[in-house]
Amino acid sequence: MREVFVKNIISTVKDLCIEANYQLGEAEEKSLKEGYQKEESPTSKETLKQILDNVQIAREGVFPLCQDTGFAVVFVDIGDQVFVKDGNLFEAINEGVRQGYKEGYLRKSILGDPIERKNTGDNTPAIIHMNVVKGDKIKIIVAPKGGGSENMSEVKMMKPSDGVEGVKEFVIDMVKRSGSNPCPPIVVGVGIGGTFEKCAEMAKRALLRSIGSRHPNKFYADLETELLEKINKLGIGPQGFGGRVTALDVHVETFPCHIASFPASVNIQCHAARHKEAII
Amino acid sequence: MPDPKRITTPLTDEVVESLKSGDNVLITGEMYTARDAAHKRMVEMLDRGEKLPFNLKGQLIYYVGPSPARPGKVIGSAGPTTSGRMNKYAPQILQAGSKGMIGKGEMGAAVTEALKKYKGVYFAAVGGAAALIAKSITANELVAWEELGAEAIRKYTVKDFPAIVVQDCHGGNLYVEGVKKYQRA
Repeated sequence: MREVFVKNIISTVKDLCIEANYQLGEAEEKSLKEGYQKEESPTSKETLKQILDNVQIAREGVFPLCQDTGFAVVFVDIGDQVFVKDGNLFEAINEGVRQGYKEGYLRKSILGDPIERKNTGDNTPAIIHMNVVKGDKIKIIVAPKGGGSENMSEVKMMKPSDGVEGVKEFVIDMVKRSGSNPCPPIVVGVGIGGTFEKCAEMAKRALLRSIGSRHPNKFYADLETELLEKINKLGIGPQGFGGRVTALDVHVETFPCHIASFPASVNIQCHAARHKEAII
Repeated sequence: MPDPKRITTPLTDEVVESLKSGDNVLITGEMYTARDAAHKRMVEMLDRGEKLPFNLKGQLIYYVGPSPARPGKVIGSAGPTTSGRMNKYAPQILQAGSKGMIGKGEMGAAVTEALKKYKGVYFAAVGGAAALIAKSITANELVAWEELGAEAIRKYTVKDFPAIVVQDCHGGNLYVEGVKKYQRA
């Protein structure tokens, strides 16, 4: 067994929270630049220019990319040969989030109770998705998720007879209905299969993939390309001002499912597609 | 893109009438911030016939909830929040003398009518351009209802705050016109 001290986990999560909120990923910035070249609407071109300027200002480390610095969604792949020493893994992740949001001057957006609606004051708890994998390492991904785009998401328990055409209709309709709300240009995460909750999680995981990456299975890779083309014909454009660049990418994730079921899910991500990872 | 129009608050009817959906503007002057809780209070006061703690006349309301300011800075990142949550309150705020709002996303039919009736304008700031916008805010002071915390009413002094006219007082709506123009079968 390899020992990993909780203090390492805390400082890693803290750094990832700050980095994710100030430094947009390379693939994401490149895709925004390509969008700027492609965009035909003058208003939307100006909008993309402001978004690109914003990326540069945030990179200086004073002002985060967006004031909505999100719910801290944390994905952990923990090796079966890892022993977490001096504390508890979940507590360490939450402590890392607490420190990161304080030291990074990030907005605290989490309410302790959904009805009472009182802020917890430190942006905890994090949403933690954990997997056990082979090996002696811990991989941690922090993906701060803003409220505006998260609100434009859905799981639909479709009928098996709806088939892939049903999925396409559902995804396109969801993007259309979302309009300007999720801060386009968006990234669209799609889950197909699994159970109700597995399907939702897949759509979220799909957002972790780099913009421009394709599903390893050709059928689903083609589905991603087709959906992206269809979405970019909707005319919604950056911020919903009208234009060609509504989505930067579509990512599909799949899982085996029950003979009676055909779940599909859509999780929308705004143009500040924030996620950073580290391996301990 | 033509050069942006420079406008100064408080806005006059003349300026409002000159603005058209799709116009790119830079706003200089003062604006007041308010979100859900502050709107609820303002409308309750107006219903009771009471005077608001600041003069709304000609002013813009910015729908915003910034990130914390670093030491020595006026403000943190300060992009717009979703305007739709204020649909219920916005017509009454316009009736009370405000000349418009700054936010993001479509607002309802009642807001469209109120913008025409009271000569108001709805600007969108670019959602997620929060660091860029923060650079145009030169002062930030508490005006009322400190107990609302992040939702208290504040006054921002701005210089060349970047925004786009999404709904004008003539019924123009960029969210409708823009999408129609670029939609393909």
